[in-house]
Amino acid sequence: MIAPSKNTYTYYPGCSQSATNKAYDISCRNVARVLGIELLELDDWNCCGATAYTAIREHRSFVLSARNLALAEKQGRDLVTACAGCYLSLHKANKYFGEDPKLRGNIRRALQAGGEDYNGGIKVRHILDVLVNDLGEEVISQHVVRKFEGLKVAPYYGCQITRPFGDIDDPEFPDVMGRMMRWVGAVPVDFAMMTKCCGGMLMITQPEVGQELVGEILRQAKLSGADCISTACPLCQINLEAYQRKVSRQLAADCSIPVLYFTQLLGLALGLEPEQVALGDNLTPAEAILAARSE
Amino acid sequence: MQAVAAAELKQIFLNDIYAIPDGERINQCQQCGTCSSSCPTAARMDFSPREIIAALRAGLLDRVLESNTVWMCSSCYSCTVRCPAGIKFTDVMYELKRLGSRYGYINRKSTTAQMARVFVKTVDRTGRSNEGELMFRYFMATNPLKGLGKLGLSLKLLLKNRLPLRTHRIKQRESLKKMIAEAEKGA
Ligand code: SF4
Ligand code: SF4
Repeated sequence: MIAPSKNTYTYYPGCSQSATNKAYDISCRNVARVLGIELLELDDWNCCGATAYTAIREHRSFVLSARNLALAEKQGRDLVTACAGCYLSLHKANKYFGEDPKLRGNIRRALQAGGEDYNGGIKVRHILDVLVNDLGEEVISQHVVRKFEGLKVAPYYGCQITRPFGDIDDPEFPDVMGRMMRWVGAVPVDFAMMTKCCGGMLMITQPEVGQELVGEILRQAKLSGADCISTACPLCQINLEAYQRKVSRQLAADCSIPVLYFTQLLGLALGLEPEQVALGDNLTPAEAILAARSE
Repeated sequence: MQAVAAAELKQIFLNDIYAIPDGERINQCQQCGTCSSSCPTAARMDFSPREIIAALRAGLLDRVLESNTVWMCSSCYSCTVRCPAGIKFTDVMYELKRLGSRYGYINRKSTTAQMARVFVKTVDRTGRSNEGELMFRYFMATNPLKGLGKLGLSLKLLLKNRLPLRTHRIKQRESLKKMIAEAEKGA
């Protein structure tokens, strides 16, 4: 076992961030590096189960999550992820594991069949929580080299960071991302849709429903006067950025607005270059953001 | 796959629900409708969340499962955080999705269910998932023509190197397979 150090965490990238949404992974790792946090990738991690697996097989999805928890426990550090979906899957499995003796027994038996075991010894954290609550304003402000003076940001939390447990922030009125945005000089706008669901997978499977939900989020973000939206979930990010033209046509309203990971905004403020936060991967233009970045 | 009478379905469902944490709270439902008014997709459901519990009480779960209702749930947890009776309604929805898939209520029209199945297959095989492979298999299983409609976006993602078609395989696949097999026994 490696001795736990204050700023070292075991890192769980997640499937989505290893491919389609790698900009989030890249910006997250680089932000951590600048801030002096060590994120050590969990070796041989597997899919957390996500909502899709849970909908078909619950026990198996808990076991999928638990295998990651078991591997992480051997390292003796909290398990950190940036994906809101992975965060909730792992966190929920961990919580239920702790609360429900029968489920715990079943999960452990399954893990043992594959030569692993878990004792409930680690915590699952979201990177936003780690940055805001473990590091905090003082440390982050010290590292900010360029401020986004006056950039209006609509913080979009979506669902699975604060709901259902509400242990990072209030499930109805979260402010954790807004606070961070203030630290980098940006102005979080009042955004009525900040915790409304983007539809997740429905964007692919029931596009008419997904587009309606995304349309309303984008429309409200524009109405709030935001220059951009910041997200903390790969599925939210792609849903909000990839269908803007279609949704604008549907609503007969301009719904085009840059959608960035909060780690991209933070990274730029910390002095990272656009490539170091993979800004070129975004489908929505981010020139406005770069222009607003005062030296 | 076995057919099962509506009355039996209710009992099976209740047994499953009682087995999950706080599951027995389902009996405390006051029919207040907070879940339905919080739900982003209730308008698209044949039975709103509140009506699902009413249907359960009336022994009409089979009608709920025959409709596309439960697959409209995006697992957003709005109902769960607001229910005054502390019912974890998102978990109820998950249980209904599984019940429907176990008793053959999934058909080609249940697009979200098809996606979930493709997802499970990919993860069972490799230990990971991957959007590229997922989309491809999903559209092949449902409506390949609709998949073509996504070509524009796929191309954009491909150009940005955001759409790998091969899924990474974890090293300890054998160990994971044994875990999954054992979990199946305990379920
Ligand atoms: S919010 Fe809770 S108590 Fe009210 S109808 Fe829904 S499930 Fe029943
Ligand atoms: S979790 Fe499902 S049922 Fe509950 S509010 Fe969200 S979409 Fe509706």
